[in-house]
Amino acid sequence: MDRVKLTINGKEVEAPAGSTILQAAEMAGIEVPRLCYDPHLSSLGACRLCVVEVKGNRLLPASCVTPVTNGMEVETETDKVVQARKTILELLVANHPLDCMTCDKMGACKLADYCYKYGVKDSPFVGERHEYPLDDSNPFIIRDMNKCILCGACVRACEEMTGQDNLSYLNRGFNRKATTAADVPYIESDCVFCGQCVAVCPTGALVEKTMSGKARRWDIELVRTTCPFCGTGCNFDLAVKDGKVIGVLSTPEAPVNGQMLCVKGRFGWDFIYNEKRLTTPLIKKNGQFVEASWDEAYDVIAEKFNAIRDQYGPDSFAALSSARCTNEENYLVQKLTRAHMGTNNVDHCART
Amino acid sequence: MAGLATTFGSGAMTNPIYEITEEAELMLLIGTNATEAHPIIGYKMRQAARNGAKMIVCDPRRIDLVDEADYWLQLKPGTDIPLLNGLMHIIIKEGLEDKKFIEERTENYEELKAIVENYPPEKVAELTGISVEDLYAVARLYATTDKAMIFYTLGITEHICGTRNVMSVANLAMLTGHIGRPGTGVCPMRGQNNVQGACDMGALPNVYPGYQAVANPDIQQKYEKAWGRELPNKIGLKIPEMFEAAHEGKVKAMYILGENPVLTDPDSNHIRAALEHLDFLVVQELFLTETAEYADVILPAASFAECDGTFTNTERRVQRVRQAIEPIPGQANWETICQMATRMGLPMSYEHPSEIWDEMASLAPSMAGINFGRLENSSLQWPCPTVEHPGTPFLHSGKFTRGLGAFQPSDHIPPAEMPDKEYPFLLSTGRILYHYNVTTPYSPGIASIWNKELAEFHPLDAAKLGLDKDSKVKIASRRGEVTSAIKITERVQPGMIWMSFHHTATPTNALTSDALDPITGTGEYKVAAVKVEKL
Repeated sequence: MDRVKLTINGKEVEAPAGSTILQAAEMAGIEVPRLCYDPHLSSLGACRLCVVEVKGNRLLPASCVTPVTNGMEVETETDKVVQARKTILELLVANHPLDCMTCDKMGACKLADYCYKYGVKDSPFVGERHEYPLDDSNPFIIRDMNKCILCGACVRACEEMTGQDNLSYLNRGFNRKATTAADVPYIESDCVFCGQCVAVCPTGALVEKTMSGKARRWDIELVRTTCPFCGTGCNFDLAVKDGKVIGVLSTPEAPVNGQMLCVKGRFGWDFIYNEKRLTTPLIKKNGQFVEASWDEAYDVIAEKFNAIRDQYGPDSFAALSSARCTNEENYLVQKLTRAHMGTNNVDHCART
Repeated sequence: MAGLATTFGSGAMTNPIYEITEEAELMLLIGTNATEAHPIIGYKMRQAARNGAKMIVCDPRRIDLVDEADYWLQLKPGTDIPLLNGLMHIIIKEGLEDKKFIEERTENYEELKAIVENYPPEKVAELTGISVEDLYAVARLYATTDKAMIFYTLGITEHICGTRNVMSVANLAMLTGHIGRPGTGVCPMRGQNNVQGACDMGALPNVYPGYQAVANPDIQQKYEKAWGRELPNKIGLKIPEMFEAAHEGKVKAMYILGENPVLTDPDSNHIRAALEHLDFLVVQELFLTETAEYADVILPAASFAECDGTFTNTERRVQRVRQAIEPIPGQANWETICQMATRMGLPMSYEHPSEIWDEMASLAPSMAGINFGRLENSSLQWPCPTVEHPGTPFLHSGKFTRGLGAFQPSDHIPPAEMPDKEYPFLLSTGRILYHYNVTTPYSPGIASIWNKELAEFHPLDAAKLGLDKDSKVKIASRRGEVTSAIKITERVQPGMIWMSFHHTATPTNALTSDALDPITGTGEYKVAAVKVEKL
């Protein structure tokens, strides 16, 4: 592949032809602010926050959609660039609720992060503000369109990741909205609740309902694990606060699925706190289950299994292991069946 | 599993998931509804199709991916073998087979040729309901595309001829040399999160971990030495045989870990009777399931969020499962099994699941190179024989696991039970997006939007039966009956009803056929004859 040589902030950089300035900067370890850009989505150039100065270009091009050329001289943090970014942020917050102290996205909100970086506290621009009603019509996602900055990441994720095409833009100008067909709530739309839109949203416009009001983002512990539904093997982070799972967050680092999950993986985890969970061993006495200690349960099990084996032979025992359990648990079950009970009567529902 | 093991020498998915978007030029989907059963794989297929890869969907039902497909072959249920034979017939007749590949890497080609000779397009069109033109177009397209991947799931395996179906799929891939390279292969997608792993771990009646035969004396000796016990060399019972043996009083005691066969296995009334027959049943479960009701002792289980360990996904990728919270029953499942085994007289004193893995890996050469240290920040696909080995993304490169690939041709085997006068509808079953076999109905969020069975009826049948969208029906087969709400949709063919099996209130598997694949013992979930009564 052809390589292109350019300088970014005075540093000589080489990038494959066809790269954008933003990508070339990233390869050189230079972070360019961005709101609408996501490496896993097509580039839109909508938010303009990634503007840079290019020698010989009197305008400030958006680095996420501008290809590199040989000999290009790029500056990413000049006064002119910083002033432009400030203005862009001021325009965005002119019509964005500044209720950050109670916003669930605080700590993971890119808009807040860049306002902090560029010292934007408020907006000098005063004008009309949206007063959209909250969409919490569904059990999984809260949509606050007042916090939407029209970066279009949700629209692109719905179309390019899931391919559901449930979101697009409605209206023009001030009334432009990234929403469902006919602007109906998610629950009435064709949404499959994969939550890809939530995963890519840079602000508090889309948040996980289960996490709302449960924790500040910086207080959440993330535990990387593998999804317990279906055989695809998606990885995600369990969001844990005070010893309780409060949600699932997808991660671009997941080897199979990246940011993508389905409704089960992203939102089905709450079965773990179902009140019907069994919490103690139970022994059936006179047809009724009675709570028992682990010791009592093991005593009954050991006596019965061993007695039946001794009386009727090893093949009178059979174990059904589980395609839902871990490898280690399955290993132990077949070892117990073979080494102690003395039979190969062990199987699991490999066929269903 | 058995089908690919016979033809290729390994039952696993041959190629990795990432090749769908990165390599494949054509995807042939047969009996797999990926966007619902394996959503992320389905989403990747959709991405690939929209980026220009060809897609062929073979399914009696209009699944979502039909919208992305270049060809939709709406075959009659249970006619997969005639369809595949018909495609191979055309490929051979037109000289589109990969002669070099057949010559160098396969055996038994002459038998295949002789059998598929009897499946000319006109006959196949009549058997399958697919037009002759589509048969020609699809056969030519698949054979002449360099990188073509085949995907299947339970729409292929859950038939009495499931194993023969799988072999026929494998035949097609070998005939055209579509295996052993990136962007090709035969990809069975495993339904549950750790089906692959449970097989790999030897939770099977015929093999130890790593698919080492229990009947092989050398292997038996190796495990006897490692475990310090005498071990049986007689192949054990498969699930349906276990329940049959329980019926007959030969199996007296069972231990069931995390499975709910009463809800998920075919012909559930038969399973219930078998469980009732047992002298002693231990169930280790998250919830008081239909199966747990029959237990004498229930051990509370910990969920995936409460245990350390590993799962192995459908592409043989071993990945970490990490404990995020304290186990709700007070201890992880591996601890429970260890304590139970110790009490029974087999001392188990592992400190951590990594030690269990290490013991397993030391006895299973195909996974010997994998350990928790290597999995800390990445994942590995077996075979991975040494700690330096990078893992194996795709199988059968240059040589099949068994040496030569074996063509295993079959003639058409019709379903065991077809609609007749008394039971005029064909019932097929499967999974829906919002649910996974048995845990999702316990998710308050998911249950709140999808909490009941909606049996799918074609509008013509609905009209005939006088059904509207609010109707309730009683559906009965020769084995049982259930009541259900309905959905009127053209996704199903006239004469066909489709149901999922996730809901306790509508236990669909009371209806399903008791017919089994004679090789694997898999139930014929995909075809049963039923009758319908409006309530």
